[in-house]
Amino acid sequence: MNLFETTALRAASATSDSIPAVWARENIFAMTQDAEQAVLRPRDFGAFPHSFRAALAARIARLAGDGVLAEHYLEGAGDHEKIADPAVTGEAQGKRHVLTFVDKVAQDPRHVAAEDIEKLKAAGVSDADIVRLCELVAFLAYQIRVVSGLRLMQGQAR
Amino acid sequence: MTRVLHKFTRSVPQWRPRVTPVRLEDATQEQLAALQVTPSNTKVSDYVLTLAHDVESLAVRSPLFNAIMYDEGGMSRAERELGALGPSIVNRCIYCAAVHADRHAKLEGDTSVTDALFARGEKATLSPRDQAIFNFAFKSAKAPSEATAEDMQALRAAGLSEEEILDLILSSALFGWANRLMHVLGDPVREGVE
Repeated sequence: MNLFETTALRAASATSDSIPAVWARENIFAMTQDAEQAVLRPRDFGAFPHSFRAALAARIARLAGDGVLAEHYLEGAGDHEKIADPAVTGEAQGKRHVLTFVDKVAQDPRHVAAEDIEKLKAAGVSDADIVRLCELVAFLAYQIRVVSGLRLMQGQAR
Repeated sequence: MTRVLHKFTRSVPQWRPRVTPVRLEDATQEQLAALQVTPSNTKVSDYVLTLAHDVESLAVRSPLFNAIMYDEGGMSRAERELGALGPSIVNRCIYCAAVHADRHAKLEGDTSVTDALFARGEKATLSPRDQAIFNFAFKSAKAPSEATAEDMQALRAAGLSEEEILDLILSSALFGWANRLMHVLGDPVREGVE
């Protein structure tokens, strides 16, 4: 994939002219794209299929006010599109415990405590799936901030 | 007795997982490769064994982490550590803050910056350059929208090159990721009493 076709640079509308410094970190943007693949579309997806992950990613992007990234992820959300809306609690989908956790880790990680993990376990989420969920939310926190930083470098308003 | 730590410290604590880490003897070939376990290197932390539950993410994250924090050129090692500290303080990741404050102090041969940050957080007074770096990292960690054009202007006014600003964006964003693993999946603990 061309450097400027990676999600982070595309979402920030970055070009070779607007941020030439990205060439010095081409490897980092390539690895960032590999990480997106690993958390959004892993071979071993555990309890969270690719379309569900895409919907969660769109939800997290919306929570952060990033409409461009939200649109990018929504394309893969399929039948799970509803949960990409932060107003949806997940009750009707039987995913309230997952969405409550995702929203807290995305927006208020400071106050996440042992009991939040215990609630997931009590709802039957496996240890491996808890780690998978954290990696997804954590990666999005990174990618969203890379994109917003690149926009600021170019003097773009949000 | 084991205590969970709630205060910032440069003395790196232990990390106790909230989920059961992968057992090394049960690890798959793919996990062993991502854990970089070789016959001469069989020592793996509980943190990395925990992340091995999602081996595909672990395998890509480790080289990405190292590239952002240690690749040559651009921003200095110590300033990238400052970029890591902003989010770690916002997100109250005691373990991450300890590791990266300790590295910052050792790289600089000086504890005054991290002493001030641990004592006063965002109200700490730093040199203009460190202040601009920390403010950007701190604000963008709180919410991406908190960092503004004025903060970007402050970085340029403090003399940061475009390459250095890009490295700051990457290192501070990286800790939005790292904090959400370390602080969410485990507790910073210390044996014994104070």
